[in-house]
Amino acid sequence: MTEIKKTPYSLGIDIGSTTAKIVLRKNEEILFEKYERHMSQVRQKTLELLEQIKPYVEDEEFTVALSGSAGLGLAESAGIPFVQEVFATGELVKKLCPDTSAVIELGGEDAKIIFFDGGTDERMNGTCAGGTGAFIDQMATLLDVSADEMDELSLGCSRIYPIASRCGVFAKTDIQPLLNQGARKEDVAASIYQAVVNQTIAGLAQGRRIKGKVLFLGGPLYYCRGLRERFRETLGLSEEEAPCPEYARFAVALGASIYAERTGHCTTLDELSGSVRENINVGSVSNRLSPLFENENEYELFRSRHEKASVEERDINTYSGRAYLGIDCGSTTTKIVLLSDDKKILYSFYDSNRGNPVEIVRDQLQKIYSLTGDRIKICGSAVTGYGEELIKHAFGVDMGIVETIAHYTAAKYFMPDVDFILDIGGQDIKCFKIKNGAIDSIMLNEACSSGCGSFIETFAKSMGYSIDEFAKKGLFSKAPVNLGSRCTVFMNSSVKQSQRDGATVEDISAGLSVSVVKNAIYKVIRAASAAELGEHIVVQGGTFYNDAVLRAFELELSQNVIRPAIAGLMGAYGAALCSMKLEQSSIISPDELGSFTHSSKSAICKGCTNNCHLTVNLFSGGHKFISGNQCEKGLGITEAAEKLPNLHAFKRDYFSSLEAKNGGRGVIGLPLALGMYELLPLWHTLFTELGFKVEVSQLSTKRTYEKGQFSIPSDTACYPAKIMHGHIEELVDKKVTAIFYPCLTYNIDEKYSDNHYNCPVVAYYSELLNGNVDSLGKVKFLYPYLNINDRRELVAELLKYFRENLGDFNKREISRAVKLAFAAYEKYMSDVKRAGEEAIAYARRSGKRIMILAGRPYHVDPEIGHGIDKLASSLGFVVVSEDSVYHLTEPARVAVLNQWTYHARLYRAAKLAAENSDIQLVQLVSFGCGVDAITTDEVRAILESKGKFYTQIKIDEITNLGAVKIRLRSLIGALDQ
Amino acid sequence: MEKTYISFTEEMKKDYTVLIPNMLPMHFELIRRVFGNYGLRAELLLTQGQKIKDTGLKYVHNDTCYPAILVIGQFIDALESGKYDPHKVALILFQTGGGCRASNYINLLRKALAKAGYGYVPVISFSLAGIEEHPGFKLSIPILHRLMYAIFYADLLMSLRNQCRTYEVRRGESEELAQRWTERLSNEMKDEKKVSYKKVKENYRLIINDFNAIPREEKKCPKVGVVGEIFVKYSPLGNNNLEDFLVSEGAEVVVPGLLDFCLYCLYNNLMDTKLYGISKVKYPIMKIAYKFLLKKQQDLINIINEDGNFDPPTPFSHTVSLISGYLGIGTKMGEGWLLTAEMLELADKGVPNIVCTQPFGCLPNHICGKGMMKPIKEKNPNINIVAIDYDAGATAVNQENRIKLMLANSK
Repeated sequence: MTEIKKTPYSLGIDIGSTTAKIVLRKNEEILFEKYERHMSQVRQKTLELLEQIKPYVEDEEFTVALSGSAGLGLAESAGIPFVQEVFATGELVKKLCPDTSAVIELGGEDAKIIFFDGGTDERMNGTCAGGTGAFIDQMATLLDVSADEMDELSLGCSRIYPIASRCGVFAKTDIQPLLNQGARKEDVAASIYQAVVNQTIAGLAQGRRIKGKVLFLGGPLYYCRGLRERFRETLGLSEEEAPCPEYARFAVALGASIYAERTGHCTTLDELSGSVRENINVGSVSNRLSPLFENENEYELFRSRHEKASVEERDINTYSGRAYLGIDCGSTTTKIVLLSDDKKILYSFYDSNRGNPVEIVRDQLQKIYSLTGDRIKICGSAVTGYGEELIKHAFGVDMGIVETIAHYTAAKYFMPDVDFILDIGGQDIKCFKIKNGAIDSIMLNEACSSGCGSFIETFAKSMGYSIDEFAKKGLFSKAPVNLGSRCTVFMNSSVKQSQRDGATVEDISAGLSVSVVKNAIYKVIRAASAAELGEHIVVQGGTFYNDAVLRAFELELSQNVIRPAIAGLMGAYGAALCSMKLEQSSIISPDELGSFTHSSKSAICKGCTNNCHLTVNLFSGGHKFISGNQCEKGLGITEAAEKLPNLHAFKRDYFSSLEAKNGGRGVIGLPLALGMYELLPLWHTLFTELGFKVEVSQLSTKRTYEKGQFSIPSDTACYPAKIMHGHIEELVDKKVTAIFYPCLTYNIDEKYSDNHYNCPVVAYYSELLNGNVDSLGKVKFLYPYLNINDRRELVAELLKYFRENLGDFNKREISRAVKLAFAAYEKYMSDVKRAGEEAIAYARRSGKRIMILAGRPYHVDPEIGHGIDKLASSLGFVVVSEDSVYHLTEPARVAVLNQWTYHARLYRAAKLAAENSDIQLVQLVSFGCGVDAITTDEVRAILESKGKFYTQIKIDEITNLGAVKIRLRSLIGALDQ
Repeated sequence: MEKTYISFTEEMKKDYTVLIPNMLPMHFELIRRVFGNYGLRAELLLTQGQKIKDTGLKYVHNDTCYPAILVIGQFIDALESGKYDPHKVALILFQTGGGCRASNYINLLRKALAKAGYGYVPVISFSLAGIEEHPGFKLSIPILHRLMYAIFYADLLMSLRNQCRTYEVRRGESEELAQRWTERLSNEMKDEKKVSYKKVKENYRLIINDFNAIPREEKKCPKVGVVGEIFVKYSPLGNNNLEDFLVSEGAEVVVPGLLDFCLYCLYNNLMDTKLYGISKVKYPIMKIAYKFLLKKQQDLINIINEDGNFDPPTPFSHTVSLISGYLGIGTKMGEGWLLTAEMLELADKGVPNIVCTQPFGCLPNHICGKGMMKPIKEKNPNINIVAIDYDAGATAVNQENRIKLMLANSK
């Protein structure tokens, strides 16, 4: 069939990650085109589409080519020519719209940009930047609207919330709390699009400006007006400059049909359908797992075993007396339990939030009141979960309970000797070990690995199934696919890979269940064997209703566990149990509930320079609840809280107080980021003494990041590095003479560790800046390689370098400046240490808890640290930094190579926390910090060797502190036990 | 400081098997044979497959770099396989040190072994710096001498095989020839008391002649260079058989040799003295070693040029000179400036199509790989680079799709 023949017909098929597109042309005329979701049934859908072109081609010969990431496997096995999709688009645009400067094409899971000006440059998103079409779908599900409705909503927006734009999972953790706090759906919808825009620009353009005529292609951009709107606004383009042509959805398929003509690969419909059909059931055996159940019988045994773990119920219609209400307002679902005074369940509720938990709770309360009438009196109520504050304020709930405590209370009631609890909810994985009746350690998933319940659910929906159907399908898969244990973005592409290998929906469903389990065990718990978990394991959370997940967990551990029949209600059940100590409830009365109203609006907090975006919830009766701020200031509470020592604030103030002098030699800009966060006093003094006016960039804000994000070449670098670009732009705008950020392979040698390196990013980021930040061309950028441990050497290096770059200098003045510079640095370090000692002394005098909020020096930056120090302070901790207290104990012995100056302090500070019962350590970890993959295990080992809690907070661009708050409150809760 | 590791003793040398991870199939096979000749029973791990990744993920922090997950996974997988008596096995890891987290692989391996219940298995640190003591494993001058030639030989074999492979008439012939030579060379090195350089040069010529004799098709194929983090750049396990994939797509693969990396390490020692005034004592020795290797490399280049049928490696001194105007020579963590230099070197010798491989989230690569793409593209408009991340969760389909895009644009 490969004989080259001229035919007027050509067919292009584009099978992307979610949709299949087909275009049939006769010469230049399009005879047929179709765009459909393929629900992962790649081969079947292709056949269906081929069926539909029958009337147009009949038995004529035509040329054909396939394209798209999910089409790769089919092309290989069916022997159809394949053309890479971006290449196909590029060729098409060159032909149809030769005056185009750039193309932005969004697909289901890939984002692409093609630049045509000055040499074609075709780019695709990297591995960690999923979240385009599929991301928008997931977000629409979260908002409980269709994709079309979301588009409609977005056009009515009045403000844009900052939503992390790197990765879909991050964005989701930002969006969910917004919804729970009552933000308007219109605004959230538009903010989601804006996140996609930011992600595309930051991840793909990478420093290259998108200008000239820009073409929007691909399904999502074709269908979402709001998305195009956001792109145009962000890029400053009019509709004429940035059109979305009619063929936008079919661009790749059209491009493929052009490619087909060129290959001259002729076939007929029968022949083509035949070769596709032949391959329909070719399943690949590679990378498969063993089945979850060998047969129905095994499943029955499994089911009956788990059915035993049930809770007694009492009829709400006949019961009379006291009752207790528990509400768990989670990230995606709301759970409600009403208990009788003998702890039996009178009423329960479990459902999706649908983006508005207040409404759900109101409806449920109404229902409960109508059922209870006058027979039953609610004597206590408690709420837990993400929406705790909101629900508490809205309905006058008596108590707010930290999630961990609520869950433990419930599990303990079920199984008094429980020693391990694993809860997989919609968005969180929580694990606690119980020792001697108290929570011994808590592990929560990091924002990056939320491969949890909501992931399976949205995936099920995207494949056209309800979660129940989808889960059932997985139970009897013969060969579940191995999808890896990383984040959801990777899972999406793993699924794509398995589709290429011919996996069925059954295999994918089972594979996803195994992935969720592996993610929990190996990534969150970091366990190597079942024995590490415990002997009496309770699993809970809505995700464990899924029998496939439960089975996968038992198989992975080779151990049976208990899943209470109310697995999804455990938080609410525990909250209700906690409320049983109350006598009188302040919960909203049935009458008040009747006239209950709720509305929300947005505002910006003026309490400090953070300018937090607030959501103001107004309830009937005029009371309100404000959320979204990083500290307690904006809440309208004017309580005269005592100001606790906070070393993070101390360090920030110290830097802000450094004064510049007007010298005659020009202005030197010092970017306050990365290593400058410690060496600022040194360089500041050096340049001041040499007669320069020193201009330091401001403490970072979100705006700082946005200002520089367009020139970031590696989107997986850490946030502290990426924010550097903004600092550079700021200094360039201030028209400094030169900017200085030296390359320091070696950091200060404090003489107790194996070596004293900087991490590669801190050491060499200047090289990257020099290569990628165009505006540096407007100033001198000074980044000499220096040795700061040998002052004579340093003087010689600086003398040579300054003479070459800054004019005439003599050795004496440099020697003098270097001497004073080190004196300033040493004074700074000793001031910090003294302040640390004083803070600890203060805490001990006044009986406060001490928290070492440990990380790197640059984590005190308000944007990088997200004000976590203030949050901890408002929760009653005296906050110190690792570099203010590490000197109070001997160096720690560690099982790894102790070769970085900053991290050596971290280990030592951990040792201090381990040795002192009143000191807790919370480690801040920047997402993407490769070094911390090593330090976290080590810090944890140091702390746990002395029975201390290890708390890790992973931070990135995320602006919502809800999860952090839960973590810190869990820590407090556990300490209180 | 107190010793926290188990030494590999003279006693162990008698009946232990030393397992070597497989980073470069040809090089490591030769290196293994050299060790064998000195009484060390060594075995190269050739295992593949998902189980290695899974084992690695189980015992190593999942955010650690992919090479660590693979190497450690491969070791523990081997120990668990039942093929060896774990009490009669030692492991070897190659270390270069430096500010990258890779310097911690050996510690991560030991932690993982302890976690898996193999804490008693000795791990030999193969490092010229000689940080640890392993009486049963000493690098004598004759061994080092042979190791050096092993690298020269293997670089040559790898390069010639790659230059023939895409064009060979009978599939697999180049690979077979390379295998035969590996066998022959290691036997030779075993028999001789002293390696004669004359003989080495003679061997170069014989190898070149043999490859020349392979019947090849006359066809125009795009040349694709592979650079990146050292493990994923070379190891088929690390890069999902990248070389095979490129060949199957009809490309000629150009991979810079291991010698470049060795020279890079030496050169960085020289630069430490130049830039920071440290390690002044070692400087003269390092300088001699550097010059010595440069001379040997030039000899090989001359011999390849005499024949005229194959592309020789680029003289290292030229490679170094190329990075001027891109980044400083002090960027020395991980592959550091060498990564940038190799991309430029490839472009310089007419290989504009490049796959830049890196483990997901590789720190030095932020700077020297992705961070240098923009200036490289600006100054070399013809260059066609694709950056590919490798990771336990990254899928071949995404990687191949991006490589296909690069190939579609290949020049």
